[in-house]
Amino acid sequence: MKFTASGRFFSAAACVMLALSAPALSYGADTIKFGIVGPHTGDLAPYGLPTVAAAQLVIDQYNAKGGIAGKKIEILKEDDVCKPEVATNSATKLVSSGAQIVLGGICSGATIAAMPIYKNAGILAMSPSATSDELTASGNYPNFFRTIAPNAMQSPAMVDFAVNKLGAKKIAVIHDKGDYGKPLAEAAKAEVEKGGKAQVVLFEGITPGAMDYSAIVQKIKESDADTVIYGGYHPEASKIVSIMKKKRVGAKFVSDDGVNGDAFIKVAGEDAEGVYAAGPQDNADNPLAKAAKEAHKKAFNSDPGMFFENAYAATMVMLNAVEKAGGSTKLEDLKKVLQSEKVDTPVGKISFDQKGDAIGVGFSMYVVEKGKYVVAK
Amino acid sequence: MDYFIELLFSGLTRGSIYALIALGYTMVYGIIGLINFAHGEIYMIGAFTAFIVATVLSIYGFPLLAIVIIAGVAAVVWAASYGYTIEKIAYKPLRHAPRLSPLISAIGMSIFLQNYVLLAQTSDFLPFPRLIRDFPFMEPIAHIIGSTDLVILVTTVVVMVILTLIIKFSMIGKAMRATSQDRTMATLVGINVNRVISMTFIIGSSLAAIGGLLIASHIGQINFYIGFLAGIKAFTAAVLGGIGSVPGAVLGSMILGLTESFATGYVSSDYEDVFAFSLLVLILIFKPSGLLGKATNQKV
Repeated sequence: MKFTASGRFFSAAACVMLALSAPALSYGADTIKFGIVGPHTGDLAPYGLPTVAAAQLVIDQYNAKGGIAGKKIEILKEDDVCKPEVATNSATKLVSSGAQIVLGGICSGATIAAMPIYKNAGILAMSPSATSDELTASGNYPNFFRTIAPNAMQSPAMVDFAVNKLGAKKIAVIHDKGDYGKPLAEAAKAEVEKGGKAQVVLFEGITPGAMDYSAIVQKIKESDADTVIYGGYHPEASKIVSIMKKKRVGAKFVSDDGVNGDAFIKVAGEDAEGVYAAGPQDNADNPLAKAAKEAHKKAFNSDPGMFFENAYAATMVMLNAVEKAGGSTKLEDLKKVLQSEKVDTPVGKISFDQKGDAIGVGFSMYVVEKGKYVVAK
Repeated sequence: MDYFIELLFSGLTRGSIYALIALGYTMVYGIIGLINFAHGEIYMIGAFTAFIVATVLSIYGFPLLAIVIIAGVAAVVWAASYGYTIEKIAYKPLRHAPRLSPLISAIGMSIFLQNYVLLAQTSDFLPFPRLIRDFPFMEPIAHIIGSTDLVILVTTVVVMVILTLIIKFSMIGKAMRATSQDRTMATLVGINVNRVISMTFIIGSSLAAIGGLLIASHIGQINFYIGFLAGIKAFTAAVLGGIGSVPGAVLGSMILGLTESFATGYVSSDYEDVFAFSLLVLILIFKPSGLLGKATNQKV
């Protein structure tokens, strides 16, 4: 998710508050306190509530077996409505009520704001959904882990698919000059050149909102590219693909998750057919994912929502780490297990790298078929 | 050589798109010396009207040609009534005010109309129905010039010719020219200046609505913001060609479109706007009133 960070001031302020309230911390001895933070009300609640359901299901299983090292697991919920300024309060509240591990946050911006508080308290936090590169690549948050692929993995996924699956030899990389599209395109270009199997024949930025893209489409044709990789959002992408069809340019069109959505298909209509776009990893074939979905249906009588599988996996690996560490929730003990041991989860068999990103979780490529995005085989 | 011809036609298409909107700017400026910044919004409203009418008609299964004609007429009538009303509300009361006042009023009108459509309709991009299907006879050259491109090009030329004829030979055209030369004198010889100005807005708005229909079905999408971007480019084209001059608006649009197209094709699309506006600056340095504009001593 691409919610931006703006809560540094608040997080700094909250750190001060936390320092003042630190002596009041108390750790419950008889239960393991499992914090869950995310948007549980408001517009973005559909992103946060499935995580609560996922954690509940996994924790119920553990508690039915008698908990971990004789201790039952207790859930502490906090609603941060995905707002950085609220997230710092939620984090402070969780820490002061004794949470020992935290599942969340959900949105990148809110998570970045809250992380310093968990870091100072030495608490492990794992997000099922925050994709901002900063969370792991910056190295600022050694207590942060996630079970979703970071944004930076998207370009390699797109290039790998174009080169190895579609057999692209000559690639035109186009972007919209924006904050989202341009870095993606630059990374894709570097990735193609690094791979050496294909070459970049064209690298250009277009003006978003321009009335007609036929000149750039003619240039793509002239460059003899067999594949176009586009970094940007759907309005420009749909204009380009429809002009490519009109000008009888047969190159394949591979794009990012800014194009992966119903809005693109609605606007581009029949021209959308055959367009490839990256999107969150597809776990439909994973037996654990199927089982988790079944369990959700049984418990809540409905299909699970956004990030459910990622949250289920996160809860599993965190509790597994606590179990392997003999009931300890100390950050160092948990990190050792997380980074060394592979766990079978609904998002695949995963462990974590030094930065906190899950190894084995990535992007899937989708293709438009009969007016719908389906997983590209 | 093929590549050159392809870029040439890309440029001409783009130029015609600009021209359909630029004509409205230049006509209004020619008559009352006002830069009607709300003109881009009239184009947008024309496109929305055509979108709504065409969508409804296609639900009822009307044939394509009937949809194009009915949607076109509806868009023209609706947009013309907006143009007429805007002039009466926002510009007429300011006719004797300093030049800056109607300009600000025009910008205000533009923002108002954008937000009005945003609230009344939606902020999403809407898929505009493909009203112009591919002509079979165009197939051999479809890679150079598409059917919608051709329709837009031809429409622009036809509109320009008709407009020139109206201005040169019809009664209203003569009245327009008289008003443009000297409004007070025109009143003294019995020309109803208010009527002439209203007619100018109606004609300009109708052209914008036709442009809205054709361009939207070429691009395939509309939203409330399209008028702003289109307006800026078309206004640039009108200035380039000499604002106030009808052939100038078309010439300026074509030059702007071709410059952008060739800049993209032979240099880089990253710089298409840089080239377009550098050209504008260059031309205005040597011909301050634009390519076909009349030099005046008026202080602005």
